[in-house]
Amino acid sequence: MSETVAQDEVEERAPEALPLDAWNRARGARMVPFAGYEMPIQYEGIVAEHNWTRSSASLFDVSHMGQLSVSGDAAVLALEALLPGDIAGLGEGQMRYSMLLDEQGGILDDLIVTHAGPHYALVVNGAMKWDDIAHLREHLPDEVTLTHQDEQALFALQGPLAATALEAIVPGVSELTFMTAGLFDWGGVPLWTSRSGYTGEDGYEISVPAELADRLADALLSDTRVKPAGLGARDSLRLEAGLPLYGHDLTTETDPVSAGLLFALSKNRRQSGGWMGHDAVAQVLANGPATKRIGLSLEGRLPAREGAEVFAGAEKVGTVTSGGFSPTLGHPIAMAYVSAAHAAPDTPLEIEVRGKRLPAQVVKVPFVPHRYHRKGAA
Amino acid sequence: MARLYTEDHEWIELEGEVATVGITDYAQGQLGDIVFVEVPDTGAELTKGGDAAVVESVKAASDVYSPVSGTVTEGNAALEEDPALVNSDPEGEGWFFKLTVSDTGELDGLMDAKAYAAFVDGL
Repeated sequence: MSETVAQDEVEERAPEALPLDAWNRARGARMVPFAGYEMPIQYEGIVAEHNWTRSSASLFDVSHMGQLSVSGDAAVLALEALLPGDIAGLGEGQMRYSMLLDEQGGILDDLIVTHAGPHYALVVNGAMKWDDIAHLREHLPDEVTLTHQDEQALFALQGPLAATALEAIVPGVSELTFMTAGLFDWGGVPLWTSRSGYTGEDGYEISVPAELADRLADALLSDTRVKPAGLGARDSLRLEAGLPLYGHDLTTETDPVSAGLLFALSKNRRQSGGWMGHDAVAQVLANGPATKRIGLSLEGRLPAREGAEVFAGAEKVGTVTSGGFSPTLGHPIAMAYVSAAHAAPDTPLEIEVRGKRLPAQVVKVPFVPHRYHRKGAA
Repeated sequence: MARLYTEDHEWIELEGEVATVGITDYAQGQLGDIVFVEVPDTGAELTKGGDAAVVESVKAASDVYSPVSGTVTEGNAALEEDPALVNSDPEGEGWFFKLTVSDTGELDGLMDAKAYAAFVDGL
């Protein structure tokens, strides 16, 4: 027996330990190399952790992600030169999903940017953070300061009971709405906390000084509503939520329009331009994308995974970029890029897996509805 | 005849001329939740160390190799409906396939239960 779909990348150097390494191992985590770190892929089991996140609350150690801050009077303008979203329009404590693009409109990474008061906070993908830092250093003007907050650990607490669980030890966080953030007090320790995440559930991301990470994890886990969950469940949850994963569903070969991330291209900035990649992206906007990222729903139980080819009859029309078995729905789901002519919902397609053609239907994403705590909602 | 094990975590048990093959408890634990198993068709000719079956967990697809050469007499049809049998009873109800062994000499060199347990402890 051997795994044919292995870890994301071949590790060039020995993976490093993250602040919660010993804590994770003591909790029975199976550790795997990911993004240059030893990361917990699962504790109890992926499906159990997945289902617990959808029904209660799970604590994810996402300390591999890059926590960056950009400061200086020129920070907002400098960021607007690199990001296609409306950054100047963010009020203090507001956050936005955005992307770093290259000159050709290709996606270098996706990220969350927050107006954090004295600075702008960026959270970027762990596997891309060194490239992102190099890109930012190259293109940010000298008077703007870029800081890598590598002394901070990062947790995601996700699930319908996340708010009540976190409120019990960090008062005030239940007042936040989806995609807002602030500084809260945890027994004398200031915690930068946002109501956000990548599972489709309500929840938070919490930045904590590395030396206090164990203590915060213990405090959260002492609540029986909270269990630890690993990268495996994080991946199946985000797939059900229709959220793209960088390096798989998003690459420099994809652009924001083909990727279906128009919401990240703020209307005023589509017109005004002035951001890297605008010319190329404006052309795709004007002409329509050649391919589109879509969701595919499969019957039966055999998953179609990254790299599987998608067909309309005899014609190859696309490729799966993420796929797996959906624990919530009980059948396989996938994301793929297919030619625009075959991207409409309900289009019947086929995916080839080990020489077999599996029937699949184009569906709207998310596969499982989001349950964010939006402003104005009950 | 006693059950034998491979370094790729398959088990094989020969009764008369027909052997039953599956994956070990260690293997199912490493794979995690199994959602699909593709067993070989009856009549398929397998070679020792060659691809025999595919097991899909939530996170990945893995190949299962045949511990010996032979001709498949039966795939475990129960796995189609209930692939989680491999998790719950890997060395019993969760067997993968049966085959007639073309050369029982190929069984030489496989590990017995004690040797396999020591092998797994060393991983």
